[in-house]
Amino acid sequence: MSAIAMTDIGETRRIAARRRDRLISVGSPIGLLVAWELAAQLHFIDVRFFPAPSSIVRALVITAETGELLDNLAISLERLVFGFLLGGVPALVLGIVMGISRPIRAFVDPLISATYPIPKSSILPLILLIFGLGEMSKVVMVAIGVFYPIAINATAGVLQINKVYLDVGKSFKAGRWETFRTIALPGALPFIMTGVKLGAGLGLILIAIAEMVGAKSGIGYMIWSAWETFSVERMYVGLFVIAIIGFVMTLGLNELERWLIPWKAET
Amino acid sequence: MEGGNLTRGGAAVKIRIRNLHKHFGGLNAIEDVSIDIAEGTFFVIVGPSGCGKTTLLRILGGLEQVTAGTVDLAASARGRPQFSMVFQGDSIFPWMTVWDNAAYGLKMRGAPRAEIDATVGQWLERTGLTRFAKLYPHQLSGGMRQRVSLARAFANDPEILLMDEPFSALDEQNKTILQQELLRIWEADKKTVVFITHSVDEAVTLGDRIMVMTASPGRTKTLLDVPFERPRNVLELRHDPRYGEIVYGIWGQLKDEVERARV
Repeated sequence: MSAIAMTDIGETRRIAARRRDRLISVGSPIGLLVAWELAAQLHFIDVRFFPAPSSIVRALVITAETGELLDNLAISLERLVFGFLLGGVPALVLGIVMGISRPIRAFVDPLISATYPIPKSSILPLILLIFGLGEMSKVVMVAIGVFYPIAINATAGVLQINKVYLDVGKSFKAGRWETFRTIALPGALPFIMTGVKLGAGLGLILIAIAEMVGAKSGIGYMIWSAWETFSVERMYVGLFVIAIIGFVMTLGLNELERWLIPWKAET
Repeated sequence: MEGGNLTRGGAAVKIRIRNLHKHFGGLNAIEDVSIDIAEGTFFVIVGPSGCGKTTLLRILGGLEQVTAGTVDLAASARGRPQFSMVFQGDSIFPWMTVWDNAAYGLKMRGAPRAEIDATVGQWLERTGLTRFAKLYPHQLSGGMRQRVSLARAFANDPEILLMDEPFSALDEQNKTILQQELLRIWEADKKTVVFITHSVDEAVTLGDRIMVMTASPGRTKTLLDVPFERPRNVLELRHDPRYGEIVYGIWGQLKDEVERARV
């Protein structure tokens, strides 16, 4: 009897603790915003650098009404998606093939190792030179950023597959394509998803940089032009929107992961 | 591997191994093994760890090449695979449901959809897995996962089943239960089985014929027949006075080899 009561209390406590944690998590950004607003209104902070949240919201509404925000958001997202496909699909195929084939791995691995450490932002001038100021240069920048983490993780993902599964495939007479489809790809998928998440983050960083320097549209351009005209509120709107894109992307990829890899033990 | 009819003392020979040698670099894993395995026999190979018994099975299953010697199989019906293998430890795919795992062999050889459905359904039923068909391996116990491995091999409907210590990772109770279930499903159509184990008890419980292997390099030490009639009851069998005698006899053979393997 007492044991049951004990677990009951423990359970109640745990639920209460979880509710408290959630309140704190929601409360902390709200608290920060309130403190920020007050500090700005009372001129404790320099509003030229840190405009009050209320004035940022006003700027957000204005940029949304003029269509400036949505146009820039749409073009940035388009570049992200195309860049992701252009870099991600070849990376996925090459990464898995490298995991399966020793000679191909021996050939490609040093090339990847040598070019991977180059900061991707440092090759932006070269990309602009080659692809010009049009859409292609921005898409290529995203593609380059996405390529490395997906290729590297796909290779690592295939290499960590337990050898017994390949023996099983061989003993059940699975051909090359069947081995790829039924063993290498699903076995490497958890690693590949990690690569996709890393790649998405890098793609977002690179699109912002590329648009600041070499574009006349996009969220990155919006932030840069706000700096040039010293409209700090609009700059904050751009930052805020990029944060939202990153947040939604993470949520979406987590959901995709749960859908693609239902066989992973929940932790 | 050649076809044709092989015979040995009247019974049809399913697998004929002649003067088989296997070296890994400088290591001599198997030395001059010659055996005939009759059709429909439950053939058990028992030996100390590292004696090359798993290598022998992998050669039969086409996962390793021989260094010298021959392996011949009796002519087989067309369309049916010659071998299916049950591996040691966890070998079912974690990313496939129980159903998809059991269907793997049939899918790989392009069996028609209706046949896959019927056969897999039947084998899941026989292995007591029907209720778990949609679950993933991480949701199952070790014993259940090994049942899936058995279902996968049996559903492929091979001429010969190769089993590499399939129950060695299980606890004693699960092992006994699965041995009984293996015998039950095997007795339905008595395929030729080659079963590897390091457990003398398991060898005597399951086998028609037992080969004791020497420590490395692996050679045939003894071949003996197990006199128990079928169908067998795994628990009742242990009551039989002959059981203890046979186990004791094999241990006598094996003792020197285990000692030798430890040196």
